[in-house]
Amino acid sequence: MTLIIILVSFTPLILLAALMGYYFETSYRGKVMEHLHELVEKHQQHINSFLDEKLSYIKVLADSYTYEELTDEAFLQNKLVILQNAYSGVFVDLGVVNSTGVQISYAGNLKLLNADYSNAEWFREAMKRDYYLTDVSLGLRRTPHFIICVKKKHDGTEWLLRATIDFVAFNSLVEEIHIGETGSALIVNGAGELQTATRTELMSNMAGLLSRTSWAANGAAPGTGPVVSSIAEVKTFSSGSNAVSGIVRSQNRNIIFILMPLKSGDWTLAYQQDQDDAFSEINHARVIAMVIFIFGCLAIVLVALLISHRVVGQIEKADLEKEMMNEQVIVAGKLASIGELAAGIAHEINNPVAIMVEEAGWMEDLLDEEDLQKSQNVDEFRRSLKQINLQGVRCKEITHKLLSFARKTDPLHHKIQVNDTISEILGICEERSKFENIRIQTELDEGLPLISASPSELQQVFINLVNNAIDAIGTGGGLLEISSRVEGDSVVVDVSDTGHGISKDVMARMFDPFFTTKPVGKGTGLGLSICYGIIKKLGGNLTVDSTVGLGTTFHVYIPIDAQTP
Amino acid sequence: MGMEILIVDDEVEFAETFAERLELRGFTAHTANSGEEALRIVEECAAKVMVLDLKMPGMDGLEVLRRVKKAHPLVQVIILSGHGSEIDEAYGRSLGAFAWLRKPADFGDILEAVKRAEKLVTSGALQ
Repeated sequence: MTLIIILVSFTPLILLAALMGYYFETSYRGKVMEHLHELVEKHQQHINSFLDEKLSYIKVLADSYTYEELTDEAFLQNKLVILQNAYSGVFVDLGVVNSTGVQISYAGNLKLLNADYSNAEWFREAMKRDYYLTDVSLGLRRTPHFIICVKKKHDGTEWLLRATIDFVAFNSLVEEIHIGETGSALIVNGAGELQTATRTELMSNMAGLLSRTSWAANGAAPGTGPVVSSIAEVKTFSSGSNAVSGIVRSQNRNIIFILMPLKSGDWTLAYQQDQDDAFSEINHARVIAMVIFIFGCLAIVLVALLISHRVVGQIEKADLEKEMMNEQVIVAGKLASIGELAAGIAHEINNPVAIMVEEAGWMEDLLDEEDLQKSQNVDEFRRSLKQINLQGVRCKEITHKLLSFARKTDPLHHKIQVNDTISEILGICEERSKFENIRIQTELDEGLPLISASPSELQQVFINLVNNAIDAIGTGGGLLEISSRVEGDSVVVDVSDTGHGISKDVMARMFDPFFTTKPVGKGTGLGLSICYGIIKKLGGNLTVDSTVGLGTTFHVYIPIDAQTP
Repeated sequence: MGMEILIVDDEVEFAETFAERLELRGFTAHTANSGEEALRIVEECAAKVMVLDLKMPGMDGLEVLRRVKKAHPLVQVIILSGHGSEIDEAYGRSLGAFAWLRKPADFGDILEAVKRAEKLVTSGALQ
């Protein structure tokens, strides 16, 4: 019962919660990822434009001025000051490097005039193309920086105009990217080497991640170690730009990463954020939902238990009532069938007994006539016939009691003052009680309402109860009390004696017909069952309290508003 | 020749003994052992008092009572039966039963009822 209620209540709740949760979470995750993508893309453009801008300045510088002008240190210094004024802290120095890798002109704080770059990798790379942005390196000056160079030709020889970009200024661009508590970004080159100051968990997996991008696939050098197997890519977006995103598991944390190409693929802008942080709001919502769900479930279980408990209780009560009703019906049926049987027997016995008595009477008649008078046994005959007559009368008493017990039809009901009935009965029983040395006390409520019953039946009830009480007290003497009162909508008459009391065994059977504790020939066992039947028929009740050795009290309940049948 | 009485009872022994006891006391007693027989005899004899049993095979006492009172309203019927409820008694009295006695009844009681009936019949109060 409880299980069914709980199951029925839970199933839709769980299904709904799961469905809503799933769709909401999916869409929310999508939105968050899109948002992050846009953010990172914006920064990508920002950084790209920063680099392009700086490059274009150097280009403009190289295009606008001649080799002679730029090799003039004072001129170069002048240009550096202009650039530094325009972009404070971005440009560290300017220099002109000839084709052999020697810096022939220099403007800046470091003494790098005539520095030889012929062995530097960037120099070799730069000589191959028109312009070049190096990776971040420590270089000759031992501080992280990167270089923008533009190649020019002068009199058949190539030369480079190079500018050093301050790493701090560049780095701040990337470090600006801060979302939530753990969202941060970094830049790596094609080989997975860090180009910014920030170092995050993502770095340990960078080589593996880069291998998944289209622009840096060749960059993962074999020496950078095997692809880390802990990478768990969830999905890859392609939101306009060729970005790669997914989720990496590192140190028991799920980290969202987004990779975007910079510098047309030479570098990679890598953004990372803890999944928990990125989805903190949905996690928060999930916690609240779970709390509500759990409390809801608890409430359902509680209510289910309560309701089922109550329903079960009611059913049990109804069952009990039904059982009691059945028992009463069975008892009533038993009494009725016994009554019918008794009535039948009584009727049948009446006829033979009548004949016996009649024959005995006939013999008595004959005794008077014949000369049997002279017989010496005539007195014995008379005594014997008298005895037959006497026993016949006893049979008659029994059968008449049986018939009155079995009487199915109601003699007419009248309005009766119970006190009057009690007084009448006591009048009848007075002689006997005096003889038995029994005191009778009455306590009758004068304001007793009338009840509707058959006077003879009611008399029968009280005669039986009073006689029983006198019998119970016996010859030792005692007290018989009769009181009447109103209780609820019933008139209650208590008949109590100081007799020998009723044992439990007897109590269980005392209302059964033919059950008697009196010696054979003294009681029929019908008295109390008749009383019980009469009172029940009136819609009342007959109960008894008894203590063995102390006495017995019978309570007769007669409804005041008994319907006249 | 005393007063004629008809005794109706399906118990032959009872009817016979009862009749003899009545005759001993100066009555002229007829007996009948069924309702039909009773109706026939009551036509033949001059019985003015009838002692009637209720439960008999065939026609029962109440039916006999009804028919007798219809045909001979002057005949006084004393019901003497081991059967019969209060309803029967009330019905019987409404049909005009003179007395209602229960078997086994004391012979003295029956005799007393018979004598009262006889007195009623002979006094001419009914004419």
